[in-house]
Amino acid sequence: MVDRIADPWGPRTPYGPGERWPVRVDTFLADGHTEADVQRWVPSASILHSNGDAMDIAVADDRIVGVRGRAGDRINHGRVDPKDLYGWQANHSPDRLRRPLVREGDRLVETDWDTAMGRIVARSKELLDGPGGWGHFGFYTSGQLFLEEYYTLGVIGKAGIGTPHMDGNTRLCTATAAAALKASFGTDGQPGSYTDVDHCDAIALWGHNVAETQTVLWMRMLDRRRGPNPPAMLAIDPRATPVAREADVHLALRNGTNQALLNGLLREVIHRGWYDEAYVREHTLGFEELCRVVDDYPVAKVAEICDLRAADIERAAELLGRSERLLSTVLQGFYQSNQATAASCQVNNLHLIRGMLGRPGAGLYQMNGQPTAQNNRECGADGDLPGLRNWANEEHIAELARLWNVEVDKIPHWAPPTHAMQIFRYAEQGSIKLLWISATNPAVSLPDLARIRRILANPELFVVVQDLFLTETAELADVVLPAATWGEKTGTFTSVDRTVHISDKAVEPPGEARPDLDIFLDYARRMDFRDSDGGPLITWTGPEEVFEAWKECSRGRPCDYTAITYDRLRTGGIQWPCTDEHPDGTERLYTDGVFNTDPDYCESYGHDLATGAELLPGEYRAKQPGGRAFLHAAPYQPSPEVPSGEFPLLLTTGRTVYQFHTRTKTGRASQLVHAAPESWVEVNPADADRLGVAEGDLLRIESPRGVVRARARVCGVRPGVVFLPFHYGYWDAADGAAPGDGRHDRAANELTITAWDPVSKQPIFKVAAVRLVKEADSGGRPSPAPTVGGSAPPEGSGIPATVGGPAAEAPSRGE
Amino acid sequence: MHLAHYLGLLHKAQERLGDAYTEVGKAHGEEPDVFHTCEKLATQCRAHAERLAPFARRYAEEAPGEPDRLHSELFAGTRTGPIGLLRDLQDLYLMAAECDICWTVVGQAAYGARDEDLLGVVKACEQETSMQLKWLRTRMKQAAPQALVVAS
Repeated sequence: MVDRIADPWGPRTPYGPGERWPVRVDTFLADGHTEADVQRWVPSASILHSNGDAMDIAVADDRIVGVRGRAGDRINHGRVDPKDLYGWQANHSPDRLRRPLVREGDRLVETDWDTAMGRIVARSKELLDGPGGWGHFGFYTSGQLFLEEYYTLGVIGKAGIGTPHMDGNTRLCTATAAAALKASFGTDGQPGSYTDVDHCDAIALWGHNVAETQTVLWMRMLDRRRGPNPPAMLAIDPRATPVAREADVHLALRNGTNQALLNGLLREVIHRGWYDEAYVREHTLGFEELCRVVDDYPVAKVAEICDLRAADIERAAELLGRSERLLSTVLQGFYQSNQATAASCQVNNLHLIRGMLGRPGAGLYQMNGQPTAQNNRECGADGDLPGLRNWANEEHIAELARLWNVEVDKIPHWAPPTHAMQIFRYAEQGSIKLLWISATNPAVSLPDLARIRRILANPELFVVVQDLFLTETAELADVVLPAATWGEKTGTFTSVDRTVHISDKAVEPPGEARPDLDIFLDYARRMDFRDSDGGPLITWTGPEEVFEAWKECSRGRPCDYTAITYDRLRTGGIQWPCTDEHPDGTERLYTDGVFNTDPDYCESYGHDLATGAELLPGEYRAKQPGGRAFLHAAPYQPSPEVPSGEFPLLLTTGRTVYQFHTRTKTGRASQLVHAAPESWVEVNPADADRLGVAEGDLLRIESPRGVVRARARVCGVRPGVVFLPFHYGYWDAADGAAPGDGRHDRAANELTITAWDPVSKQPIFKVAAVRLVKEADSGGRPSPAPTVGGSAPPEGSGIPATVGGPAAEAPSRGE
Repeated sequence: MHLAHYLGLLHKAQERLGDAYTEVGKAHGEEPDVFHTCEKLATQCRAHAERLAPFARRYAEEAPGEPDRLHSELFAGTRTGPIGLLRDLQDLYLMAAECDICWTVVGQAAYGARDEDLLGVVKACEQETSMQLKWLRTRMKQAAPQALVVAS
């Protein structure tokens, strides 16, 4: 038995390069159940992070009693993340929404589905009536719905209503991954495979605390590190995360300076001749310009900008430059920071100029933050078009119009899609009048929360919230629709490395809660959306029909699903593209060095990285990419907000291994709650000394936007930087602060700045200027920060270790 | 040689455009992308003006009197609201277009004057001005349908 709270990564199963990663099956069954009690195992995959780990849901007496990792799955080989081991218990939480709610004055009251949907439809029809009616609708989704739900909503929004105002929480977690992939390689789609961990000789983690965000991927890396001929490891992170502590080289750079560092590293790689001249010549465009730009970033200058030691930068360059099979992973430290797309493109550049793509071990993951983010990008319920099509390519729009049998100009292709922050701006200004939020919680997750609450609470804005619980966002809604969740509905979703899994319905949802797909289909039926021939726009009745329709939409595109079926998925995950020619799926993209940059095929004609200016089709064609990838170059520019005399510190926000997003689920599973019950603030010992702050002291963290209170963990974050986890909102605030009114001093996003990357439009959560004020002594109690992960205290601190005890014991069974 | 007049025209146009970016950015501070991008572009315009200044001084020594109606007035203050934003961006667009064509004209003159140094400045700056126009067009395309058709 393993206490997977005390040890989130479980026992090691070391292996060597080129060997198969050993199986280790993790199981957790609650309430004393044993495998003998389980009446059926229902196939599914993780919905509490983006790794896509396959597992089976254990059902006894029509109730979920636990989960078990699937031994034969290509992603996890049986392992399960602690959030998945315990998080499913939230399904049974007594405060699940069981009936729809509608607003009566300042209260939400229970009602029936007809009344709730009737209100939404009446308001929708009123708003649609008249020119520009489409522009009153905004849809804000999630990274946790299923493929079928995104595609259905995408068709409703783009062909039923005709609004460009569709985006999701994916904008906060994964928009830069998509933007960087499109910019460099022509379309979205991860080049690599998780099996690259098995073959690589170096791993570089760019702003990616994989140990806490995708624990199973980290287990795989650790198992390589403990085996023969382990890969070297480089970590780029201002915090002393488990990844940074494991790495051979850790660059704790100043927040917001990623682009300067990458320019310096690329310069070193080029100057020292560690690039693949033939690959550059045959498969890339823009090498001369890249050389010109990075030449301005000698190591000494970069060391100054990033506040690093020159020798460490040189060691990092050597680790990257001398590797033969380099694996890179990129996440929020880049995506949610200054110059997000530019810096992420530089990681692509590193792999392009070294020819480190398309073969075992030479891999690149532009990671996703959320479990089904990839599907939102593919299916077009966000700012992308279904099938990774190009907004500016008229033939792509015509394909969709034919597929859906609607007029071309019904599909809002004449303006760029509206990104999340702009949707909220239009709602603030009153031109968006109906905002439908599904499966996410912007009242805790968006920047500058005081503003977001003001927007959502405005009586002129009709807010629909579809969720499992009465979240901070749902509290402000006009109509709340109770949704079924993972285990209570059927659908598919796709991991970072393009592996599609099915998640089957295991049990009935509580009360009158309905699958999100059923809610969207019901809306489409009640709205009576029609196609060009007067027939119903949407004729699907269930998930498998939608999946079959989606396959047609994906045909011939990079994310081709045409040879995948529900039946095949029930025997295991399959990587797209999966076609008649490649019926078993495709492990790696770009194995031949031919990229998706053909003008008729690409997903974007490109942007200027500094301003986000769109480039025109003619300019793109003139580059004659001919299947070559683009090397994009950009000088470093300081972040929109830098420390000042008044706000001398930099705030970065992030995650703990025990919680997901705004804790809607993980905050309702007792093992995870006990492990990380309350927010905290990480302070470097030098800053703590200077400010007279000790472990456990209550601090006030102030930015130009707001104030947060949290207890100090003095630990390994870099000097001048403080860290807050962003998970903690108000629904379970200990002092009873009400979500609607009352004090708002717990959520990290009270402090963050409303600013975003010019290309990906991803908000900048990692760079806000703040100051600290001590409010009270610790009284001898340490802060509630876990001792596991980035918040681990220094050795010998005497702080009691985070443990789960008997309630968290779970077997891990090796081969 | 009249090149000094066009250098003066461009110099002033770049300075005015820089000031206009700053003003428009501040006036629409609740559009953070407009605010932050305008700040960046204002800095860029001032850098352009600075790079031109030594050439303007040098050629001024050989120039006859300045012709009439050389400078244009394209900006008379900011507006508010979604249409105000669109209209302000349009002012910036026209001012950037003036700079754009001036770079072309000055570039041609630099060839004629066999002035490689000036040509180098023109080549670097005209690309940035051209990108400014593209950004303004992109942002206006985004704003136009909502501002003109949807907003009440």
